[in-house]
Amino acid sequence: MAIETLVLGAGQEVGKSCVVVNINGKRIMFDCGMHMGYTDHRRFPDFSLISPSGNFNDALSCIIITHFHLDHVGALVYFTEVCGYRGPVYMTYPTKALSPLMLEDFRKMVDRRGEEEQFTSEHIAECMKKVIAVDLKQTVQVDEDLQIRAYYAGHVIGAAMFYVKVGDAEMVYTGDYNMTPDRHLGAAQIDRLRLDLLITESTYATTIRDSKYAREREFLKAVHKCVSGGGKVLIPTFALGRAQELCILLDDYWERMNLKVPIYFSSGLTIQANMYYKMLISWTSQKIKDTYSTHSAFDFKNVHKFDKSIIDAPGPCVLFATPGMIRGGLSLEVFKHWAPSEKNLVTLPGYCVVGTVGHKLTSGKPTKIDTDPDTQIDVRCQIHQLAFSPHTDSKGIMDLVKFLSPKHVMLVHGEKPKMASLKERIHSELGIPCYTPANNETVSIPSTHYVNAEASDTFIRNCLNPNFTFQKCNSVDTCNSTLIDRNLTPELQVEDERVVDGVLVMENNKKAKIVQRDELLLMLDEKKHEV
Amino acid sequence: MKFTCLSKGSGFHFPPCHMLNFCGIRILFDCPLDLSGLMAFSPIPTSLDALLFEESNNNEKRHKIEDLLDAKSLIFAEPWYKTVNNLHLWNASLIDVILISSPMGIMGLPFLTRRKGLSAKIYVTEASARLGQLMMEDLVSMHAEFRQFYGPEESNFPPWLRQEELEILPSVLKDILLGKDGVESGGWTPMYSAADVKDCILKIDTVNYAQEVCYNGTLVIKAFSCGVEIGSCNWILDGPKGDIAYLSSSCFFSAHTMTFDYRSLQGTSSLIYSDFSSLSDAQDIEDGDNNSDPTSDTLLPLSFQDMDESSLNSDENLEEKEKLVFICSCAIECVKDGGSVLIPINRLGTILQLLEEMTTSLEASAMEVPIYIISSVAEELLALLNIIPEWLCKQRQERLFAGEPLFAHVKLQKEKKIHVVPNIHSHQLLMNWQEPCIVFCPHWSLRIGPVVHLLRRWCGDPKSLLILEDIVNPELALLPFKPVAMKVLQCLFPSGIGLQKVQPLLKTLQPKTVMFPEDLRLKTSFSCEKSFSVSYYTEAEPLKVSCQKDSSELKIAADLASQFYWKTFKKEGINVTRLKGNLLMENGRHHLLLDNNKKTSESNSSLVRCGLADYNKLLPALSEMGINASIEIVKDDVESQNVCLVHTKEPYKALIEIGNTSTVITTADANVASILYKAIDNILDGV
Repeated sequence: MAIETLVLGAGQEVGKSCVVVNINGKRIMFDCGMHMGYTDHRRFPDFSLISPSGNFNDALSCIIITHFHLDHVGALVYFTEVCGYRGPVYMTYPTKALSPLMLEDFRKMVDRRGEEEQFTSEHIAECMKKVIAVDLKQTVQVDEDLQIRAYYAGHVIGAAMFYVKVGDAEMVYTGDYNMTPDRHLGAAQIDRLRLDLLITESTYATTIRDSKYAREREFLKAVHKCVSGGGKVLIPTFALGRAQELCILLDDYWERMNLKVPIYFSSGLTIQANMYYKMLISWTSQKIKDTYSTHSAFDFKNVHKFDKSIIDAPGPCVLFATPGMIRGGLSLEVFKHWAPSEKNLVTLPGYCVVGTVGHKLTSGKPTKIDTDPDTQIDVRCQIHQLAFSPHTDSKGIMDLVKFLSPKHVMLVHGEKPKMASLKERIHSELGIPCYTPANNETVSIPSTHYVNAEASDTFIRNCLNPNFTFQKCNSVDTCNSTLIDRNLTPELQVEDERVVDGVLVMENNKKAKIVQRDELLLMLDEKKHEV
Repeated sequence: MKFTCLSKGSGFHFPPCHMLNFCGIRILFDCPLDLSGLMAFSPIPTSLDALLFEESNNNEKRHKIEDLLDAKSLIFAEPWYKTVNNLHLWNASLIDVILISSPMGIMGLPFLTRRKGLSAKIYVTEASARLGQLMMEDLVSMHAEFRQFYGPEESNFPPWLRQEELEILPSVLKDILLGKDGVESGGWTPMYSAADVKDCILKIDTVNYAQEVCYNGTLVIKAFSCGVEIGSCNWILDGPKGDIAYLSSSCFFSAHTMTFDYRSLQGTSSLIYSDFSSLSDAQDIEDGDNNSDPTSDTLLPLSFQDMDESSLNSDENLEEKEKLVFICSCAIECVKDGGSVLIPINRLGTILQLLEEMTTSLEASAMEVPIYIISSVAEELLALLNIIPEWLCKQRQERLFAGEPLFAHVKLQKEKKIHVVPNIHSHQLLMNWQEPCIVFCPHWSLRIGPVVHLLRRWCGDPKSLLILEDIVNPELALLPFKPVAMKVLQCLFPSGIGLQKVQPLLKTLQPKTVMFPEDLRLKTSFSCEKSFSVSYYTEAEPLKVSCQKDSSELKIAADLASQFYWKTFKKEGINVTRLKGNLLMENGRHHLLLDNNKKTSESNSSLVRCGLADYNKLLPALSEMGINASIEIVKDDVESQNVCLVHTKEPYKALIEIGNTSTVITTADANVASILYKAIDNILDGV
């Protein structure tokens, strides 16, 4: 028995997460994402590797989507509507509710750029009908042998780690997760499981982050300084997740400092998203959950809708603009207008993929940026990078691996050199074999297998008989040791190691049975012979 | 497995209560309160009432008048609450697990959790726990009104529970206080406090639907939606000795909560059928003054041949919808005439649907009539309902995915079409109050809560309308408000599996044995049923049902199994091996894992030997070891069997006595003994 893992995306890179696992004859696709850095065929995972004939319904048992980010769900519509996969798709309630928003947003952006459309709005709606929503910790029986279960992952609202069990083989795919709670979400949580394989993200494989509080203060200080100097603050974010977290933070700060500077949300999307957040409050952090009846944390008091006409309007303001990473759309447009003034501030929360303007801004201190072959922008504004990332840091990854103690670990969703060093740590510190396959590579690991047998009542009962062994500490030792030591070691140590004599009997054409020794004779129809 | 029905309950608000002993674990199903018991008490007396009461108490000696039941016969005291009487016969500390199947089933739990020594694990679905908490808090706050009125209690034993007082009570009240058999007086308890409720909630473990929780490594417990109320559920218990399904009242159709998930209950070895709803449904409900019961004529037998959901749902759906439309049309007519409508209904599903239906009909008839919801927990409850999409029915979930509020009340509250206030004398209500109006408020017993005050206000008004739940004795419920001139409409909604559906359902679920209520025996017939056996249970009588398996499953890790050293016996072709490993109990299954601990490794000597020690084999074996021996066969007179004596001389001196079942080695030297022991061991079949 073995677990075969085919990495179709996010192998030694970040983007287009897609892992296909063959576990005891069941094939499960974890995530179906797209790569934001490419516009050609490399944008989607190479699905032909799953089934050369293109018959995905027989090749896959189910698809599991961990959260609504495009690098995890982006290729799903293409896969179900264009490639023709008709099987079940599982995701959590918030993911099912918010994924269409993300996909629609992306579709519009592609449309604006005049690129070829991979899917339409109807496709998105059709695809979402196939999705089965699951709740946390719910054990879903996909079929007779295949069980899946979602655990809270913290990363974004509705993000989940998925546990899969087929026969005796068990594994977890984490998706993206966060081991520390933030303004609006809790920390990842999982049961202690007996796993054969753990596939974990490793975005911050080598980073260890300091306290969140200091970073929050730094962010607020930078924003406050800018607006009090009459500057404009641009915060390019995705509509969901970071926008809400930072907005809770700012709205709260505005209240406390009695600031009147307007905060804008660029798109109706973000405002619409808040509606969803209000209904999905049970997926947020405990603190926010506790206040649901009196005041919903997602009713922002100081937030207004942004209109393009006020881009060049005088006076300070804060703008949350989509998309993140200044990849295009409004955030790029506003950036073009605001970047040349040194009064303004661009705050980049989170990770920026290679090839985006955001990445160029964060790597080094550029003074000029080419947004497209014909346009060059002078960058004189302040750049503030927020190490606000909803991903776990290396300590978090190590903690999770240590907690779960799986038999094998696989790293995906990270940068190659950093992954290599984390792999080394997991191997040396925890003694667990670790793999970092590249895209389109397959890794095979052995899986647990149990032999079933019946156990007789007498045997089980005998197992429960206490078998105490008493160990008296030598009193001389105790006298010699220090006072503290004596307090620590009790004089009498009691061990309860329950031992029973069991015999496994295999009869022809019958199920193996475990019996206690006295029963054996009965079964064999023989008399006991004592010596 | 032993199953005891402690109470079969009655109706929606008082679910059944059972005790089950399964795999040596004692499990209590539900801990409800019989709130219909409140009807024995008088609502908070008005000053006029109090005067009357004083008068009656002082001037004339109260004596038993059998048929005269009037408002004065009710008990004028701070009410106590009726718990499940049979539950008190159990030592609470012996309960291992408590499973709460619905928000109604939690109402009596604080009485248990405040007892000393209760160590049971309590599992409740998260939604049931939150709704239940709100319902209990509401009850406590409504009860506070009594406490304010009557002051602190004087003694631990209330005067109305004394034998002589009970004797003179009218029989209807006596039945409530003592039960039909006259033994239930022990079930009465004074109200719990808000602190008890808080403490109770802290002691419970919440679960989601289909979440596996494991009690003590032995019993895997799972909850599945049953469609009666938000968070209500059926249970599956899976132990090493087989599995069992607990089927509480279930609905195939629901307009608010997630519907009955019967597919997940399929294929368990036993099933406890605990849906008594058809018992009360079948009862004729006495008509009140002017009441018209819409159900009596619309209750048509439903066709249910197969488990075809679409036809099934539409049937029930249609019926329920018709009733709602009827109720709303009555209400609209009433407000058109200038009367007010009072709706003391506590069933969430009914309230929510009535609210939505009512507002649309009001809009359709272009009427501007305010709707008030008066309850100490209403605001929190309505807010809660909008953040639990995971617990709702498909149609409501679709609203989430479309980005719309789950229930219409969110919008209505914003538009100020409905006003939510905590109590009758709140400032907000007094400022907005306007009649005619429509009021939703607790409590359905008509004894506590805002309903008492509003009913006193409107009971004399023939234009007003009171909409009641399916109360067993509406006559008694309305007693303190007599004479009642207002119109009364009683509405009955199904809250369980219809009788016609029982058999097809059980056939689909395919259990091997079914535990079925004796009370429903005559109404259903399993005579032609071959696929499962049925045992009938009655209240307070333990029912023993044999477990399906007489042995447990054990899983042996493959790496351990590969190390087994198999021994084949000559007879019967049986292979035998000794086991060595760590035995582990996890998720209701035994596992045997490879043990790397050196400490536990012991001697290699055989555990058990069997067969005959054949002396013909022993001699060559001994001589191979260089031992000379001679044989002497002696007849044992006592047991009339042959005993073979083997004498060895060289190089050691010893005597080996070989009998049929034992062999004795006699020698002066321990070393010699162990050498001989090995020789004999080799010729015997040992494990």
